[in-house]
Amino acid sequence: MKSMSKITLQLQRCARDITNMSQQAVNGVSHRGRVLTLDSMNPNVKRVEYAVRGPIVQRAVQIEKELKEGAKKPFTEVIKANIGDAHAMGQKPITFFRQVLALCSYPALLEDSKFPEDAKQRARRILEACGGHSIGAYSASQGIECIRQDVARYIEKRDGGIPSNPDNIYLSTGASDAIVTILKLLVCGEGRDRTGVMISIPQYPLYSAALADLGAVQINYYLDEDNCWSLNITELRRALSAAREHCNPRVLCIINPGNPTGQVQSRQCIEDVIRFAKEEHLFLMADEVYQDNVYAEGCQFHSFKKVLFEMGPEYSNTVEMASFHSTSKCYMGECGFRGGYMEVINLDPEVKAQLIKLVSVRLCPPVPGQALLDLVVNPPQPDEPSYATFMKERTAVLSALAEKARLTEQIFNTVPGITCNPVQGAMYTFPRITLPQKAIDKAKELGLVPDMFYCMRLLDEEGICLVPGSGFGQREGTYHFRMTILPPTEKLKVVLQKIREFQLHFTQEFS
Amino acid sequence: MWNMKQLEYGALARRANQIKDELRQGVRRPYKEVIDVFQGDLHRAGMKPLTFVRQVLAACVYPPLINSSNLPLDVRQRAQEELGRCVGGSVGSYSAAPGIPEIIHSISEFIKRRDGGIPSHPENIYISPGSQWSISNILNVLVNREASPRTGVLIPVPCHNKTVLSITQLGAVAVPYYLSEEQGWALQVEELQRALESAKGVCNPVALYVINPGNPAGYVQSQKSVLEVIRFAWEKRLFLLVDELYQDRVYGENCEFVSYKRAVSEMGPPFSGTVELASFHSVSKGFSGECGLRAGYVELVNLDPAVMKYIHTLFSKDACSPVLGQIALDLMTDPPKPGDPSYLLYKQEIEQIRTVLLHSVKKVHEVVNSLPGFSCPPIEGGLFAFPRLHLTPKAIQKAKELGLQPDTFYCTRLLEEGGVFTGPGWEYGQKEGTYHIRFCIAVPQDIMEELLRRLSSFHMTFMKDFS
Repeated sequence: MKSMSKITLQLQRCARDITNMSQQAVNGVSHRGRVLTLDSMNPNVKRVEYAVRGPIVQRAVQIEKELKEGAKKPFTEVIKANIGDAHAMGQKPITFFRQVLALCSYPALLEDSKFPEDAKQRARRILEACGGHSIGAYSASQGIECIRQDVARYIEKRDGGIPSNPDNIYLSTGASDAIVTILKLLVCGEGRDRTGVMISIPQYPLYSAALADLGAVQINYYLDEDNCWSLNITELRRALSAAREHCNPRVLCIINPGNPTGQVQSRQCIEDVIRFAKEEHLFLMADEVYQDNVYAEGCQFHSFKKVLFEMGPEYSNTVEMASFHSTSKCYMGECGFRGGYMEVINLDPEVKAQLIKLVSVRLCPPVPGQALLDLVVNPPQPDEPSYATFMKERTAVLSALAEKARLTEQIFNTVPGITCNPVQGAMYTFPRITLPQKAIDKAKELGLVPDMFYCMRLLDEEGICLVPGSGFGQREGTYHFRMTILPPTEKLKVVLQKIREFQLHFTQEFS
Repeated sequence: MWNMKQLEYGALARRANQIKDELRQGVRRPYKEVIDVFQGDLHRAGMKPLTFVRQVLAACVYPPLINSSNLPLDVRQRAQEELGRCVGGSVGSYSAAPGIPEIIHSISEFIKRRDGGIPSHPENIYISPGSQWSISNILNVLVNREASPRTGVLIPVPCHNKTVLSITQLGAVAVPYYLSEEQGWALQVEELQRALESAKGVCNPVALYVINPGNPAGYVQSQKSVLEVIRFAWEKRLFLLVDELYQDRVYGENCEFVSYKRAVSEMGPPFSGTVELASFHSVSKGFSGECGLRAGYVELVNLDPAVMKYIHTLFSKDACSPVLGQIALDLMTDPPKPGDPSYLLYKQEIEQIRTVLLHSVKKVHEVVNSLPGFSCPPIEGGLFAFPRLHLTPKAIQKAKELGLQPDTFYCTRLLEEGGVFTGPGWEYGQKEGTYHIRFCIAVPQDIMEELLRRLSSFHMTFMKDFS
């Protein structure tokens, strides 16, 4: 192995020979423009925004740095209630899942008596399905076959026996990956024929970002804030017919339970949406990553797939649909594993062939995420040793979330200037804030959207990081913020209290 | 050239899986198992993961192991360190979008050491779920879908097909430049020039994609070649996309890997300050071979700061890379050091892999070149052999009758009769009228011997059948 300095000398010698030959060209260069500039780059990429990790978070990170360097502030830590990351807020992982994943990572542990037998069994089965018995081998692009089979079985069980075909299951790098993949397949056409995609306002900004990136037309349909963020078919119809003037609407996206709004759609509503999609010939994308996060009494998660099939063959044989799930939310909160899947229904076989090609470009989804997904769909059963602990942990997480959902709604609704719909599900609250006109004017002066101004001030004064409602979309003239309900209950109470104090103080300042 | 419609996508892979299933069910075939060397997948091919890496990952995943006396002290300390960098102390939380800051720092230090002290700036590094993910993202920024003529990207022939697929899916044009097989797969500037000229009136080339060390062809670019390519890219105003996944895989005695970043810097002004470059690396192809964890990174050099802002947002909407993969990257760029409890075993395992590879490289060259109708230049680097098949007109005719490319026909028969799963040269691109196969050489010694035995036996039969 030659020494580093020898390489440098050789390179410099070679470089001199080569650069000498172009000395004239070199001499002429002083204002050589770059190849990749704002003008030459993909214009679509310039339209991509993602508020959840946007400017407010960058400011939060900046403040954290300053705190670390000893700066004095009215708070000692920044509470990042901007992102749906449960573990970041102290939620504990499910023991069983981590045990199996540790066994998969380092199979020598299979000899360790400290691990329960059911964990070992799961690990052995997963490793058996991996190339070279290692989670370090590529899997098939669609995902490990036996895991897809397990996912299909889980879906069947969840949906009261309605069959699910493993061939229609595609494992992915988080649900976001699958959502973007389907959109890539669906978006085409030029000008007036360009694909239009219907998305709820407010929405999770991955959708608007992906649509901007793909150059698709975003068609907004407004959820009804006065009625618990419910979805109205009349509103869907309005949005669709307006959109038909300037694009080719082909897709309808729905997030249930909702993000940021937390509403859990009624069964009737889901039927209405499916009927609408069939009538208007729209591809349905059902984002169901919060399916286990349902808190409000009287609310229940109904999967789009189940409802579709229960509506009979007229619908189940024709409506094209993709539903998405993930290991990042629910009770697992394993965002960092990037596990997820989609189930596609009634997809044209030729399109499926293109789909396989699309997913093959990135080779395969992370195998630890696939393994984790397998455990989520195949958790400890009542007759297994890990069952009791598993159920205890799962119940603890979900009931804590339910309690925090209730607490949040309750406290926010006592604050003048803040109104909060019930947090029926998911992990967020999206309260409406009334801003004094003077504050709105001040925001304008500073070149900020009013709720961004509000959130920036909250961040600077209280060290609480939220995402302004403008990042998700809202009706003109209304302002909101999205806050996660993930901090531990005691901390959440403090956060709610601080926001109340800030709201009062802010209103007074700009009265 | 890469006619996507004709690509019988995955047919060979499906058949390989079918055969594997049949063998599992006890169906009798002339072999007991399929030797799967289709992908550059060390673990699938039988190589073992590195113990240190897996111990640290296990302890990160299940932190009670940090108190286990069964794990070496440095493993436990390292796991604790890694968890300390994770938000909430869990590998289950999202990291910052570009990657865990300390790991990015580690990568920048690794790059600096590799490049003889040339600084690497953390804010220019993004971690992604595998290198193809960042290649796609950077291509996405480069390719203006609304432009007329369409954006073009120069691509080597042969080339692994993932990047080509990314290019065509973005609506850009892949412009092939042929590596010179006679010259050990050398990249000749005249050929780059020809390729550029061929693009006139067809598309607007904005980028030049280079793979060094190569895939599928096992070359390592000479320093002179690297410099020539950089100068060419600079003169012709091409953004350089450099796939350097195999930088740790260099075997040739007179070969040395020199990173494009280093070369650009050593060339001095104006090149050092203006050549726009994206170099890609990954945890998949190094000694740890952790393909399934999905972790790679891109280092961006000399990019417009305004464009960098948008690149940042693009990576943000993807959430973040899998945390276990990021940790594996950290362990790759900052491995055990002499004196650490795990060092000896770590070094031993690395040496074992290195020995196996050197042995493979020699053996493959020997055996393939001893067979009639089969030839292979010395494998200088990378993870594959890409030998040339000199097929008879009879064999080519038979393939045509079956509606298959000649080398696909060969690979299909090799799979069925020999139980060896390889990739046909057609899938990577090759000069018209030439045929190749690609197979991974990172295989344990006994499996390599069996592979070569089966390959030789099959090849002799095949050549005889079609003589």
